Amino acid sequence: MTGIGSLIRLMLRRDRVLMPLWAVVLGLVPAGYVASIDSLFPTAVERAQYARISAGNAGFVALYGPLHGSSLGELVAWRAGFLPVMAGLFALLTVIRHTRTDEEAGRSELIGAAAVGRQAQLAAALITTCAAGLVLGGVLFLAMIGQDLPVGGSLAFGAEMALVAWVFAGIGGVAAQLTSGARNARSIAIVALGVAYVLRVGGDISALGDGTLAWLSWLSPIGWVHHIFPYGANAWWPALLTVLATLAAAAAAVWLLGRRDLGAGLLPARLGRATAAAGLRSPLALAWRLHRGLLLGWTVGFALLGLVFGAVAGSIVDLAGENSGLGEMFARLGGTTQLVDSYFASVAGIVGLVAACYAVQATLRLRDEEQSGHAEAVLGTAVSRYAWAGSHLVFSLLGPAVVLLAEGLVSGLLYPDGNLGEIVGGTLAQLPAVWVLAAIAVFLTGLLPRLSLASWGAPAICLLVLLVGPILRLDQWVLDLSPFTHVPHLPGGAVTPTPLIALTVVAAVLGGVGVAGLRRRNIPD
Amino acid sequence: MTEAIDAEGLIKRFGKVTALDGLDLTVHTGEVHGFLGPNGAGKTTTIRILLGLMRHDGGRARLLGGDPWTEATALHRRLAYVPGDVTLWPSLTGGEVIDLLGRLRGGLDPRRRAELLERFELDPRKKGRTYSKGNRQKVALVAALASDVELLILDEPTSGLDPLMEASFREVILQEKRRGDRTVLLSSHILAEVEALCDRLTIIRDGRAVETGTLAEMRHLTRTSIQAELTGPPDGLATLAGVHDLRTDNGRVRFDVDADALEAALRTLVKVGVRSLVSQPPSLEELFLRQYQREDVK
Repeated sequence: MTGIGSLIRLMLRRDRVLMPLWAVVLGLVPAGYVASIDSLFPTAVERAQYARISAGNAGFVALYGPLHGSSLGELVAWRAGFLPVMAGLFALLTVIRHTRTDEEAGRSELIGAAAVGRQAQLAAALITTCAAGLVLGGVLFLAMIGQDLPVGGSLAFGAEMALVAWVFAGIGGVAAQLTSGARNARSIAIVALGVAYVLRVGGDISALGDGTLAWLSWLSPIGWVHHIFPYGANAWWPALLTVLATLAAAAAAVWLLGRRDLGAGLLPARLGRATAAAGLRSPLALAWRLHRGLLLGWTVGFALLGLVFGAVAGSIVDLAGENSGLGEMFARLGGTTQLVDSYFASVAGIVGLVAACYAVQATLRLRDEEQSGHAEAVLGTAVSRYAWAGSHLVFSLLGPAVVLLAEGLVSGLLYPDGNLGEIVGGTLAQLPAVWVLAAIAVFLTGLLPRLSLASWGAPAICLLVLLVGPILRLDQWVLDLSPFTHVPHLPGGAVTPTPLIALTVVAAVLGGVGVAGLRRRNIPD
Repeated sequence: MTEAIDAEGLIKRFGKVTALDGLDLTVHTGEVHGFLGPNGAGKTTTIRILLGLMRHDGGRARLLGGDPWTEATALHRRLAYVPGDVTLWPSLTGGEVIDLLGRLRGGLDPRRRAELLERFELDPRKKGRTYSKGNRQKVALVAALASDVELLILDEPTSGLDPLMEASFREVILQEKRRGDRTVLLSSHILAEVEALCDRLTIIRDGRAVETGTLAEMRHLTRTSIQAELTGPPDGLATLAGVHDLRTDNGRVRFDVDADALEAALRTLVKVGVRSLVSQPPSLEELFLRQYQREDVK
C-alpha cells in the first residue's frame, strides 16, 4: 500500500472538477424536491392522497421505487429514488477510469514502476471514490437538515446515496480486473448496474400486484438502499448489507488483482483468425465489427426492460380494480384502457431517454477512434472522412431504432390485451428525439472535439427535466429544452407528425454541420 | 516527372504554437528519403499534412502530383502509411487488420503478405490488444509493404523493433529500392538505418528544414577531426581559418577542421613535419548532433 497517499492526491487532482460536481449536484437535487412538494401539497391530507396515488402507480414505482409513507421527508426520499442509479454509475465509472483505463493507456506501468504497492492504485481509486460518496451523502444530509427535515431520516437518506456509491465502486473495481480493455470493464459494470435496476423494478412492481416476485428487489443493491426508507422506517440493516457487499466486492477486486499480470485480464486472450473474412473490406464492415457487441448488449438490455415493463402492465389493471379510490380516479381519467395507455406512454419516454444514452455512446466512438489513433490508420487509406464518419453514424442512428423496437415488441407481446402496433409505435416515436441527442454529439465531435464528452450533458439535462420538471413546475421553456417533451404521447395521445418532422430536421441540421466540421478539421485534434 | 512529395514554405500552427515554420521538403520519385529531426521538430505534423489528416495554414504541398487535402482519398490509393505510434483495434487480430487496411487501400498481394509475415516472425492470429509495441509496428509494416503502392510513408517504423527485425526491415526496404519505382519517405532516429537506406535526407528543426541533400553532401558540410604528432611547433595552425578547438600537448595536436579548410591545414602540418597522423571523417552522430543542437538556424 506504499504510495497510496500520493496516488489519492493524484486522483483528486485529476478529478478536481468532475468529482465535486457529481457529489454536490446529486447531493443538492433532492433539496429542490422539498420546497416543491411542500408547496404543491401543503397539508398532510393532500400529501397522503398524493402518496396513495403515487404508491400504486407502476410507472412511478418503476422509476423511483416503492413508497410507504406520506411525510414530507418520505416523499422527497422516494422522489429521489432514481438518484442511486446515477450515484452508482458515477462511482463505477470513476473507479474504472482510475484503474483499468490507466492500465490500458500504460500510465499504470509508469506508476507501478515507482515505489508504489501493487494494490495501491486500486485501493486509492476505491478510497477516493468512496470518500466522494461520503461527500455526496454529507451534502445531502446537510441540505436536508437545512430544510428542517428530521436529523435521523436525513442521516439515513445521506447514507442511502453514499452506500450505493460504495457498492458500485466495489463492483467497478471487480469489473476492472476481469478484462484487459477499459471499455469492456465499463460494459460489465454498467450491465451489473442495469441488472440491479431491472431486478429492483421487477421486484417492486410485483410487490404492487400479487408479490410473488417481490424478492427480486432483494437481489439488487439498489433495492437494498431503497429499503432503508429514510424518514419512515429508517431501517439500518439494509445499510449493513450494503457495507458488507462493498467490502466483499473490494476484497474480490484486490484478490483478482493479485492473480493477474499488469495489463492482462482474467479471461485469457484467445487466438483468432489469421486472415480477415472476405466481407471485412469496407469502413462499414469495420464499424459493424466495432459496434456489434455494443448493439447486441443494448438490444438484450432493452428486451429485458420490455420483459419487465410488459409483464407488469397487467398488474396495473388489477390494481385499479382492487383499490376503489384509484379505480374511481382512473374511471374519471377514462377507464383502464386510458390507464394502461398512459403507462406505456411514460415507459416509452423512459426507454427513449435510455436509448439516447446508447446513441450518444455510439456516436462518441468516432472520437474514441480518433483519440486512439485508429482513425489515422483508416483515413491514411483510400477512405474518405465522410465514409469513415458515416460508417459509425449508421450505428448511432439505426442502433437506437433496433433497441427501441426490441423493447416495444417484447413489452407489447407480454401484454396481449394492448394494441401491439400502438405500443411499438409509441416507442419508435421517440426516435427523432433520440436522433437530436445523437446529433448534438456529432456536432460537438465535429466542431468542438475536445468538448465532445459534454455530449453526455444532453441526456443528463433531459433526465433532469423528466425527473424534476413536473414536480418543480418548471417553466414550459425549460421543459421544452428536452426533445422528449415534444414527442407525442403514444399510445393514447394524438398522433401529430409535425413535432416528429421538426425534431428530425433539427437532428439533420446539427448532424450535418457536425459532419461538415469533421471533414474540415485536423484529425487527430 | 513530378516529384513524389513537394512541399514549400509549409506553415502549421496549433493555437499559439507554431509547429511548422516554413518547411521545405522535396522527395524525388523512386528515392528513399530520410526525414530526421529531434523530437517535437514537426516530422509527424508534416506527415499528417501530407496525408490530408491536417490542413496547413500556409505554404504549398503536393503529393504524387495532387493536393493532399482535397484529393486525399484518391491519393491514398497510391500510398501506404505506417504511423509512428501504431494502435490496433483490441478485438481484431493482426491478420484481420493487415487485410482490412490493405483492402481499404485497394488490395494487397497475398504472396507478399505471407512472405513478410514469415520474415518479421509475426503471428497474425493474436488479438490487437495482446501485441507488444514492436509487434503492432510489424502489423502496420506488413499491411503497408504488402500493398502495391507508389509511395511508402513510414514514421519511425523501427522504433519498437529488435535489432534482428530492424535488419529484416532494412533488407525489405533495400529490395523495394532495387525495384526502382517505389518512393519511400522514412522518418527515423536510427542513424545506421538512414545511412544504409537513404539516397537523400532532410533534417528539420523547430519546424524548418535545416539541411537537405545526400549524405556525401552533408558530410562535406562538417568537420574532420585530426590528431597528429609533429616534429616541430604547429606554427600558423591556430590562425588558419576553418580550424577549430585546437589543442596542443607536448608535440601532439588535435583539432577539427572544416571540409574546405582541410587541404590548407594538411599543408601546414606537412610543412612542420608529421611523425604520425590520424584523421577521422565526421561521423553521422556528430553530424546530426551538430544539426540537432545548432542554436541559430540559418
